[in-house]
This record gives sequence, structure tokens and C-alpha cells, in this order.
Amino acid sequence: MIESPPILEAKDIQVIRGGTLLLDISSFLMHEGEILSLIGPNGAGKTTLLQTLSYLLRPFHGELFFRGKKVERNHSILEYRRKLAMVFQEPLLFDTTVFGNVASGLRIRGMKKDEIHNRVMEQLERFGIRHLHDRSARTLSGGEAQRTSLARAFALQPEILLLDEPLSSLDPPTRDALIEDLEHILQRTKTTAMFATHDRLEALRLSSRIAVMNEGRILQAGFPEEVMNHPMDEFVASFVGVETILSGKVIKRNGGSFVASVQGKEVEAVGDARLGEVVVLCIRPENVTLSAPPSQEKTSARNVFPGRVSKIIPLGLYQKVHLHCGFPLVAYVTNHSLDELSLTEGKEVSASFKATAVNVIRKGET
Amino acid sequence: MDLILEGIRKAFWLLITFDPEVMEITLLSLWVSGTATLISLFIGISIGVAVALSRFTGKKIVVSLINTGMALPPVVVGLFVTIFLWRNGPLGFFGILYTPTAMIIAQTVIATPIVMGITLAAIQQLPQKLRLQILALGATRIQLVWILIKEAKLPLLAAIMAGFGGVISEVGASIMVGGNIKGYSRVLTTATVMETSRGNFDIAISLSIILLLLAYFINLILTQIQQRTRPR
Repeated sequence: MIESPPILEAKDIQVIRGGTLLLDISSFLMHEGEILSLIGPNGAGKTTLLQTLSYLLRPFHGELFFRGKKVERNHSILEYRRKLAMVFQEPLLFDTTVFGNVASGLRIRGMKKDEIHNRVMEQLERFGIRHLHDRSARTLSGGEAQRTSLARAFALQPEILLLDEPLSSLDPPTRDALIEDLEHILQRTKTTAMFATHDRLEALRLSSRIAVMNEGRILQAGFPEEVMNHPMDEFVASFVGVETILSGKVIKRNGGSFVASVQGKEVEAVGDARLGEVVVLCIRPENVTLSAPPSQEKTSARNVFPGRVSKIIPLGLYQKVHLHCGFPLVAYVTNHSLDELSLTEGKEVSASFKATAVNVIRKGET
Repeated sequence: MDLILEGIRKAFWLLITFDPEVMEITLLSLWVSGTATLISLFIGISIGVAVALSRFTGKKIVVSLINTGMALPPVVVGLFVTIFLWRNGPLGFFGILYTPTAMIIAQTVIATPIVMGITLAAIQQLPQKLRLQILALGATRIQLVWILIKEAKLPLLAAIMAGFGGVISEVGASIMVGGNIKGYSRVLTTATVMETSRGNFDIAISLSIILLLLAYFINLILTQIQQRTRPR
């Protein structure tokens, strides 16, 4: 991994409002060309962080460095802000035409009329709203309005694009269409971007790095696969979509793996946990395989448990199956498999998962 | 009944033939109230925007003062302006009592809080995040204010219309500080009072028709604004 100097660096950022510490981040880095997503529950501080980094939220403690240079009071703040662009959850359009809106940032910078025209048309084309250029912003649908807001930001060719839950207020089909377009545009323009979202799938799809936030802090940041498959604590685990989180105690060790006792059952996992140590085991539902009991198939999965289906929740293209096999377990099953196994609530099944699919969070001895 | 019909008939005649006295009174009304509204526009909008956008202790008190000012009784304004401009008063040396200038001053004092109050409300009603979005687009403080004013242009227009409407139909302060001097400080409202007391209903009615037309015109604009401002 080539270390390029960070495009943005923040040190010892603290935001205090009304006695509450809204943001407490000792160090934050962003590299050029990356797309970083901030995920976390409401009130985690995602919006606060975005607004602080764009110098919109003041005052705050701490320092910001853009390409190594410190951003300070007065003139350099405006200069810095003009290198960024921000898109909010609401389109926040001006009472003028779509063209006028997309051009607004450029007009603020005093760009020439001809150049404005070219840039705006380019963006309208890119976002598929060229045919709307003459329309009043008041007559746009939610999706069209948000596309206009995005076009307005991209027209500025910002060095960093910040997005605060830009797709949250859109209905699913509109959101899906826009995610796809946004993905292409971000890749094609190689824009450095940071966005806050609730949607883990959105984060997985669009970002090159994920940061999980809670209570004003960044709990974990890293490549999506890293964070998703190796959450460092239960909170991160539950937030990134690990459905099965089990607590157990290590009772056996063999080489690089161990066995933990979880509610009376033995679960094998890979890791360094010591005998007697309490561990939290995270198993992603996509890593759990279901088959008809008793399982005759030879599989490399060491963890095979007979159980009973307690609930089936349809999720469109697949189904979420809750089952009990001595401890609660959640599996994802395709519709096809559901039919093949004729799974219904109450049915007996055999669940299995590999020892390597178990993410271990060590809790130490009790 | 004849009185009324006769009055209306003569009034139309005065209007259609552009009777010079009626015209003079009308033009003076427009001049005085127009100037007063223009001045109140500058003071009212600038202070209204400033208060709306800033945060300071005592803001609530200032806002209620402005709102109270909107309901200031014109005769009270007339009284205080008269005192100030009285020969022995603090500004008496200007010698402008009983002049159109004094009327402009009084009407400005009446109109300014109206424009200020509505401007304040209009700016505060803009979405909170809009300010952040404008700043995020790289606007300077001045550009921010200008863009917000443009965004609120419809309610601001309503504020100006409300201000103008308030002073064009005002009579108390105008008589007190203007003196209703023929050909000099006589406006639509003050003239109507006088002509009515003299029983010259034809002139009074013609002036009233003009006032009604002006009121209608103002309301027409206000209604257009109201219909065009739909929530986004």
C-alpha cells in the first residue's frame, strides 16, 4: 500500500455544545482519491464531524490540515471552503431554475458566463437531468432535486466532496438508481469523497474505507472487508451487520484455534484466546449454511449444529432465517434454497459454519 | 341618497378630467409615502436581516420590540415627531415642522418596524441548513446575506407592500406633522378628512376612490405573492 500524504488531517478535534462532548477525535486522516464512509447510529457525530471538517461548525478545539497546511482563521478558511463541496440530506435548492442552481457555486466564485454554461451542462448531462435545465426547482421530484444538488456540488470540481446522508430521504428505487450513477461518477472523476450514511450496504458498495462512529468517537476505521469481517467490538459488530453475536468461554485449545463453550454447545474458532478467557464470537449470516438434518455431507465446517427454525424474514432476493441450536443463530438463505429445504418455522435443520468464519473479540479473563 | 349619487358622479368627473388639485394631492401622497417606504426599506431590511442572522443575548427582547413597533399607533409617532421638530424642541432649528419632509420622517418611523418585522420573520423562516449550504458553496458573509435576501424575495416584497400600505392610508401623524397645507403638505388622507368635514363630498369621494384603488393595487401584488409562495 503506497503511503501518499494525507489530503486532510485533523488533530485533537473536540466539539462541545451545552456541556456535552459531541465529537472527540484525536486523529483523523483522509487520503486523496479515497472514498470514506462514516457509519453509525443517529447522534453518533457523523454530521458533526462532516460540518467540523468543512469549517461550518464553529467553534471547535483542534487543528485541521489541508495538504499539510494548517487551516486558520479568516482568509484561509474561505479558501479552504472553496476547495470543498457539501451535499446534505435535503436538496436545499434555490428558488430558481435547475441551471441556476447548478451554476450557483460557480457564480459565487465569479466564474465567467461561458465557462459556467459549459460546466453546468456537463454536470446536468452526467446526472441525467439535462432535460430539466429550465425547470423551476420547486417543481422537481425528490430524486431530481437531489441530483440537482449533487450536480451543483460536482460542478465545483471540489478537492474533497462531503455528503451527509445524501440518499436517506429518497425512496428505494430512486435511491438505487442514484447510488449506481453516483458510483460511476465518483469512479470516473476520481473524486475524493467522504459520506455519512446509515446504510451499511451503501457504505460497502461505494467506499474504499469505512469508519464506524458512536458517541462522537471513531471506533474503528479500515477497509470495508476488514471492518465488516473483523469488527473490534460488539457495537461495531452489531452495526456492521453481524447478526449472530455470542458470548462464550474458552474450554479447549489446539494450535491456532480453540473451542468455546456457548450456552452448553462447543463452538470452534480460530484465534489466540487463552483457556478460561471470555470471548465474543461474531458470525455473519452469509457464512452460515443450512442443510437437512441429520447432515450426512462431509464438510470442512467443524461447527455443525442441529437446530430448529424459529423465524423466517423475507428480504427480497434472500431470506433471513433465525434458528435455535442451543444458542440463537442467524443465516441468510436464497429463495431457491428455502424451497429446496422446504424451510418453515419450526422445521428442524442442520446449521454449520467454518471455524474461520467466526470473528473473535477477546474479553480477557473474568 | 342624492347626496351620495351626486358626490359619486362629480367624483368621477374630477378623476376623468384629471382635476389639477386632485392630481397634485395624489402625486404628493405618492411622493411622501413612496420616499418614506424607500427609506424604511433600507433601514428595515438591513436591520431585519442582521437580527435574523445573528445570535446575541437579548435577541428575544429585540425581536419583541420590533414586533411591537409594527403595531405602533401612528398618532403616537405623530406626537413624538412633532415634539422633536417643535420650534423649541431638540431638532427645531431645522424648521421642518409642517412640511412634507416632516411627513416623510413620520411615515418612515411608522413603516420601518413593519418592514423590519416581516423581513425578520421571512429570513428566519428559511430552512436552517440553507445557510450552511450557501456557506458550503464557498460564499462570503456578504454573498450569504445577498443570496438569503434573494431567496426571501417574495416575503420581502410583501414587507415593502405592507409598509407602503400602512403609510399611504395613514392620517393621524400626517396631519400632526404636516399641517395639511393646501398645495404643500396636503395628501390624500388629510385632504379627505378636511373635505368631508366641509361637506365637499365630491372631492372627498374622488380622493377615497384613488385611495381604494391604491389599496386594491397593493393587495393584488400581495395576493400574487401569496399564491406564488408554495412550500418546497
